[in-house]
Amino acid sequence: MRGWRTASLAATMSVACLAAGDRPAAQGQPPRPTERLEVPPPPFTDGIFPCSACHSGMKVNRTRRPLTDMHAEIVLTHDAEHRWCLDCHDAENRDMLHLASGERLSFDESYRLCGQCHGEKYRDWRAGVHGRRTGNWNGHKAYLLCANCHNPHQPRFKPIEPMPAPTRPSGPRK
Amino acid sequence: MDRCAAAPPPVPACESGRAARASAVSRREFASCAAAAAAGWLMTACGAKPLHEIPKDRLRAQLQELEREYSRKYGTAVTVSDTPAAPNVMFAYALDISRCIGCRRCVYACVEENNQSRDPQVHWISVLQMDKDKGVDFSHADPYYQAAEVPEDGHFYVPVACQQCRNAPCTKVCPTGATWTDPDGIVVIDYDWCIGCRYCMAACPYGARHFNWGEPTIPSGKLNPKTHVLGNRPRPKGVVEKCTFCIQRTRNGRYPACVEVCPVGARKFGNLLDPESEIRYIIEHKRVLVLKEDLNTVPKFFYFYAT
Repeated sequence: MRGWRTASLAATMSVACLAAGDRPAAQGQPPRPTERLEVPPPPFTDGIFPCSACHSGMKVNRTRRPLTDMHAEIVLTHDAEHRWCLDCHDAENRDMLHLASGERLSFDESYRLCGQCHGEKYRDWRAGVHGRRTGNWNGHKAYLLCANCHNPHQPRFKPIEPMPAPTRPSGPRK
Repeated sequence: MDRCAAAPPPVPACESGRAARASAVSRREFASCAAAAAAGWLMTACGAKPLHEIPKDRLRAQLQELEREYSRKYGTAVTVSDTPAAPNVMFAYALDISRCIGCRRCVYACVEENNQSRDPQVHWISVLQMDKDKGVDFSHADPYYQAAEVPEDGHFYVPVACQQCRNAPCTKVCPTGATWTDPDGIVVIDYDWCIGCRYCMAACPYGARHFNWGEPTIPSGKLNPKTHVLGNRPRPKGVVEKCTFCIQRTRNGRYPACVEVCPVGARKFGNLLDPESEIRYIIEHKRVLVLKEDLNTVPKFFYFYAT
């Protein structure tokens, strides 16, 4: 069980934190914008990364077009009217993304790319208010990348099946 | 009737004797009763004590006894801790109503973490489905919604558990002092002192307290063996229980189970006294509300709209 491993790790860390001092230094503070965050690996489709494995020998075609030979399964519903692959994926270095400024960045820093447009969400995420956090409320927290929850090509959450409703109380109350 | 008259049920000698003398109380009886009551009062005052008055070494022995009992009963090594509140900590919770999709993952994560009875079913979290047209309105809330998929159109969801009120009505009505607010703001219950009168359930305006009408059942192998004496340790029949902010986790620095399981990240938890905490960020930057504010219960459970 992954949860239990995380749990025991977190417990160990909390003990370590408590031993080091009654209030750990990193307590609840949002990381500084320049600080690189510890994030889980980006959720690539199996066998798709590195992209350069296929793309390195290919000529770059910057023309906006429907993809047919490969990646045809990707349906873009993320401002599809204005966006296309190479707005986020870097054409020169296929294993990287790029910001609007042209600055290249790796997939595990993709939150900066998302934050270009979704600044308010990015701020909230850094403060721990947008997105799920696990770990310690007073110490080490595990972040998730935007892409760990939102499919970057179709970011809106899909409805899910709920867990069972509670049983109604028996007896005279109906 | 005839059969009854022919063979009256045997009456114990002491009962018949008491019945015969019911009309008058002799001086001797009164004196001996009074002496017994005084002795009982003395013994209680010197004997069983509320949790916070028990000397540390005796409490440790009691917890070890509980550990042995639970380990024997559930066939696994159970620990019962009594981790006290840390200084400079006041726990608070925030839930993003604009994100919650009503999937009830939190409800069942809570059941597993906190060893609630599976049958009869006890849920500390109740997810209320509400109409967008009506807003936060308890008279139209439905906790029993069934849906193939959530969120359903035209609805939003308000999960409700213990609001950990600063001005908690439940603790005021308890006749035995079995429930109180600990220094870190968690309203706790001492299951050994709860007599099951359920006054607290009547006093709670949020329906957050739950009664063990039957002997709680937890399937074998499903018990969470890391317990806290005021939290998720197995409960007996006939006591009240409720959310404790996962006291066994949060007092060791961890997030509550519901925070970690929420698939949309709607649940937030932290220290109200820490200006850098997520909770303070939410209170300072978001639209925040508490349920039934007009009752002056002053909850430490906030609801907010992040968008």
